[in-house]
Amino acid sequence: MIVVRNLMTLVAALLAAIATPVAAQDSLPPAPYAYNQLPDAAQEALAQDLMETLRCLKCQSQSIADSDAPMAGDMRHQVRTRIAAGEDPEAIRAWLVARYGDYVSYAPTVSETTWPLFAVPLLLILLGGIILWRRLRARA
Amino acid sequence: MKRWTLWVPLALFLLFFVVAAYQLTQPKDEFIASTMIGQPLPEFDLRPASADRPGLTTNDLRDGKPRLLNVFASWCIPCIAEAPQLEALRRQGADITAVAIRDRPEDVARFLANYGNPYSKIGADDLSEVQLAIGSSGVPETFVIDGQGIIRHQHIGDIRASDVPMLMQKLAEAQ
Repeated sequence: MIVVRNLMTLVAALLAAIATPVAAQDSLPPAPYAYNQLPDAAQEALAQDLMETLRCLKCQSQSIADSDAPMAGDMRHQVRTRIAAGEDPEAIRAWLVARYGDYVSYAPTVSETTWPLFAVPLLLILLGGIILWRRLRARA
Repeated sequence: MKRWTLWVPLALFLLFFVVAAYQLTQPKDEFIASTMIGQPLPEFDLRPASADRPGLTTNDLRDGKPRLLNVFASWCIPCIAEAPQLEALRRQGADITAVAIRDRPEDVARFLANYGNPYSKIGADDLSEVQLAIGSSGVPETFVIDGQGIIRHQHIGDIRASDVPMLMQKLAEAQ
């Protein structure tokens, strides 16, 4: 019985070793600048700042700096090569926003749809101030 | 001060609570649509992704004939599911070009041998550069390109049998 058990364990271990993952994954090596920093530290810092505020399109709750998805690697490669070529980080962001919409950028912007996010807190502070002022005046 | 005003904060909170609870129960839209519809294709010149089909350049896609541009990969499982629909589109007269994302020639050849080859040209996009430049965020996606190389329509995800007439219609509109 024990021999059979051991044999089954061995077979299971062998199967596990040769199993191919079901999840789709490509077989190409990562893009040159997916996991390599730029030689120029100042340029790398610019690239890092930008990559932390760009959304990974495959894994939508992560930035491309955080993600190991191959597409995020290709996006990092693109960001780093463009910055190495002297392109302005905000121009790269604008290029991506022109292709994927505001969704691709984590940097908050005031726009037609987002202005209430900025206006409402100001209005609430104003309202609170007015109430406080009236209370204090009534007490005096 | 009137009595009812005491209830205003609670009412506001309940309103917020109901809106938040409703939104949390709604399914999230995972698709990120390209904002390049109506825009010209970027300039590219891709090497062949497989030995038996030529590569793909922007010039191939602005010779006056509308085409489909399928973004696929041999490692993409939904791409297998849409293969019969691409074949159906080809049989109905669609010219289907493709970009293979991050793929080795031998893997593309094996994929095409297994699931059919409806493509007239296949370019290899090893760094996802064309994919990023046209605002595609995954595989498979299918773009309708008009004869002037302008992107007219984006279909996200695998093509179902029910999408075939719609894509033929979009191709006809792109004349």
